[in-house]
Amino acid sequence: MSAPYYKLGAFGDEASLIVAFLIGIGFGFFLERAGFGSAKKLVSQFYLNDLAVFKVMFTAIVTAMLGVTYLAWAGFLDLSLVYLVPTYWIAQVVGGLLLGVGFVVGGYCPGTSIVSTATGKLDGLVFVVGFAAGTLGFALAFPLVKGLYTAGEIGTKTLPQVLGVPYGVLVFGVVLMAVGGFLGASWIEKKMAAKE
Amino acid sequence: MASVTHDVVHEAAAESASGPQPYMNPYLAGMGLGLVLLAAFVLVGRGLGASGAFNSTIAWLVSLAAPGYARSNEFLGVYLEDGTHPLKAWLVFEVVGVFAGALLSGLLAGRVARTVEKGPRVSVGGRLAFAFVGGGLMAVGAALGRGCTSGQALSGGSLLNLGSWAFMLCVFGGAYVVAPLFRRQWR
Repeated sequence: MSAPYYKLGAFGDEASLIVAFLIGIGFGFFLERAGFGSAKKLVSQFYLNDLAVFKVMFTAIVTAMLGVTYLAWAGFLDLSLVYLVPTYWIAQVVGGLLLGVGFVVGGYCPGTSIVSTATGKLDGLVFVVGFAAGTLGFALAFPLVKGLYTAGEIGTKTLPQVLGVPYGVLVFGVVLMAVGGFLGASWIEKKMAAKE
Repeated sequence: MASVTHDVVHEAAAESASGPQPYMNPYLAGMGLGLVLLAAFVLVGRGLGASGAFNSTIAWLVSLAAPGYARSNEFLGVYLEDGTHPLKAWLVFEVVGVFAGALLSGLLAGRVARTVEKGPRVSVGGRLAFAFVGGGLMAVGAALGRGCTSGQALSGGSLLNLGSWAFMLCVFGGAYVVAPLFRRQWR
């Protein structure tokens, strides 16, 4: 095993911050390339006119998932050292629904609002300020919302563990689902274009 | 030097005359994002994120105003470690990079412009109010969800994390349910 390099001590905390900055540049670059600095482009996903959000997101998920799977299988990457956020399913279901509503109301998600601000959109900057205000509000109200925040705690769980399916089989299932989704997305886009 | 400046101005003028470049093919952009995410897993052992940088920043600001309270606050306290500056955090540096990378891509494609993104049937003031409220709602959602579209959906999704997939399905579900109500703002 040679990776993850930082966790195995190949470089220290200070260097990891430089890596963070460089990885961020790549992340921001491709988000902007995809058109995700534009709220109208992002929100079109929810009016079915342009499903680029789904296509970009699932291509990225499949690319990274296959990369991780093959590198772990080849004995290069120790997957057990890659950080997994523990599951609090009730908090995450409520949080996900709120995030979806916020996406349609605000036009961005946190990462894309940074991209939007960087490319000059005033609504992106206002979204960033709103997000900061909401974070502060949540922190101040934390004693009141702590119950919901910790609701549904079941520890670190992966889909293969919960479904009792071998890891590789689930990876293959996600790939099939994504390819089916891409074909369906293009079909919907054509239908919507014909309607307009 | 003068001729270099002249060339840059000339190119910028030519670019604005021909308009911004079209966006990248979504599958190519997705592969690019996926490889960046894979690099984060391999190099550092963690995924991408965005909302965590806001948490660190707010924790820092509150600690300036009320140091004792910030430390005792259960949500902010975890971002305030002894001996290190709260902004010296992985996600803060990554998000600064996101800003730089987006600016770079936008400049190269002639897409940096001072505008407000909105549909034709809503005023600028109305759109900005919605942006603020949407940002606030999303902050609560990201706090409860322990991440946003980057940290949970993208990063956790590719690691087949159970909570990330539940979160992602709910993001799309919530958005599709309310989209008809907000049609005026966008279409």
